[in-house]
Amino acid sequence: MLAEAVAPAGAAGALVPTPYVVVERREEAADVVTLAIEPTEGSAPTFRHGQFNMVTSFGRGEVAVSMSSAPGAPGPVEHSIRRVGAVTAALCAAPVGSFVGIRGPFGTSWGVDEVEDGVDVVVMAGGIGLAPLRGAVRDLVARQQAGRGRVFVLAGARSPDQILFDEDLRAWERAGVHVGVSVDVGAPGWTGVVGVVTALLPGAPFEAAGALALLCGPEIMMRFGGRALVDRGVDAGRVRVSLERNMQCGVGLCGHCQLGPLLVCRDGPVVRYGGLADELFMERYR
Amino acid sequence: MNEAVRSLLSGHPFLAGFPPEAVELVAERAEVVTFRPGVLLFREGSPADVAYLVTAGHVAIEVHAPSRGPIVVETIGEGRVVGLSWAAPPFRYQFDARAIDEVEAVAIDTAPLRVALAENPVLGFLFLDRLAAVMLERLQATRIRLLDLYGTTDAG
Ligand SMILES: Cc1cc2nc3c(=O)[nH]c(=O)nc-3n(C[C@H](O)[C@H](O)[C@H](O)COP(=O)(O)OP(=O)(O)OC[C@H]3O[C@@H](n4cnc5c(N)ncnc54)[C@H](O)[C@@H]3O)c2cc1C
Ligand code: FES
Repeated sequence: MLAEAVAPAGAAGALVPTPYVVVERREEAADVVTLAIEPTEGSAPTFRHGQFNMVTSFGRGEVAVSMSSAPGAPGPVEHSIRRVGAVTAALCAAPVGSFVGIRGPFGTSWGVDEVEDGVDVVVMAGGIGLAPLRGAVRDLVARQQAGRGRVFVLAGARSPDQILFDEDLRAWERAGVHVGVSVDVGAPGWTGVVGVVTALLPGAPFEAAGALALLCGPEIMMRFGGRALVDRGVDAGRVRVSLERNMQCGVGLCGHCQLGPLLVCRDGPVVRYGGLADELFMERYR
Repeated sequence: MNEAVRSLLSGHPFLAGFPPEAVELVAERAEVVTFRPGVLLFREGSPADVAYLVTAGHVAIEVHAPSRGPIVVETIGEGRVVGLSWAAPPFRYQFDARAIDEVEAVAIDTAPLRVALAENPVLGFLFLDRLAAVMLERLQATRIRLLDLYGTTDAG
């Protein structure tokens, strides 16, 4: 597990939501909206790649959502949210000028600031899973441009209209980054890859020895993706995944997010795949 | 004998680790072909008499639906095989295969290859073994896609 300090329970912003105002709203893809938010007073706390906030839609409820912007990037903090139920639907519909509540940041990070120079980083994302990785990729692209190591972005989506952050993907490609996108089901005009996201691995010329891999998406995708990366030669201990469990307190008090020995809000969401997540993913079969 | 065919075949993952006589068996029945973007390699329902080992570019495996036009079910790129229907009866292609970009491939005449492999069961087993691996990989990938990997039932 990537142990790291989280905001201690009782610290400002840990248990009481702070009001933020929506300053920009973008429709990213079918059912996904990005909200750019700013605190009504003062500045937003700093966070690390892969951490999450508990986001309140007043009168509806509170959900865990990762930051999709890069830490320290100029401008407001961004959250990219997929509409799956009551709270996410309300957040996706929040107009510019409306208010949301924020507690956080919470949880462990992808650890990209500590990646050794020269090492290749492989980022594999499925669906909304690209959101928690977007900030990390932005900084990994800058790392590549500074000659400190390459990044390979492999993104899978159900269909072309569900591909997230199209503009970012193009910009990363223009910056010389290897970007692969696959869809399960093609559509008229789609000339890219049709197949599972792991089908993008053979075409990605990264050096598996020593590589770091970051995976985010639904659990099944991370299971298959993790195995495929290990089969390709990546050390299982250098594969990291972002876990998801239903969250309530976000600070390790209520136990709602328990997964085996972990409280995902405190010990995750980002954890090691080899010797931890790989076993937890298979736990239910034992 | 065509040196270009031999050099492409020896570098293709489908024949990786095969003994020289197996590569030779294919080389004698193969030629290098290229396709412009949009051109069909083969059409659904036609006799499956050629297998293509893709050496450059991408091929769309597609099916034509009357009101929807071509629906791409999979794309196959460099280092992979297009056209597996020659391996078992009724030896007929089940889908259309269309070049997406400039495609280069080694086209293998499969009818004489089948005869040669039947006469040499050791090499025949090698080929069947490799074909089984390709088919298993395709089957598993297809099953994973049936799961709706990125779907809302297990939000990402
Ligand atoms: C650490 C973390 C980071 C997250 N980051 C993001 C993000 O960046 N963007 C984003 O869109 N979503 C993210 N999520 C998921 C998000 O929290 C859930 O989609 C949300 O809680 C659903 O709430 P709801 O009331 O809208 O839906 P509900 O009515 O609660 O549920 C609707 C459907 O979503 C499923 N669901 C609900 N919560 C989860 C969950 N936590 N994991 C898996 N399935 C769930 C339910 O089973 C149901 O099928 C993250 C979750 C965690 C734990
Ligand atoms: S959400 Fe309460 S312990 Fe993790």
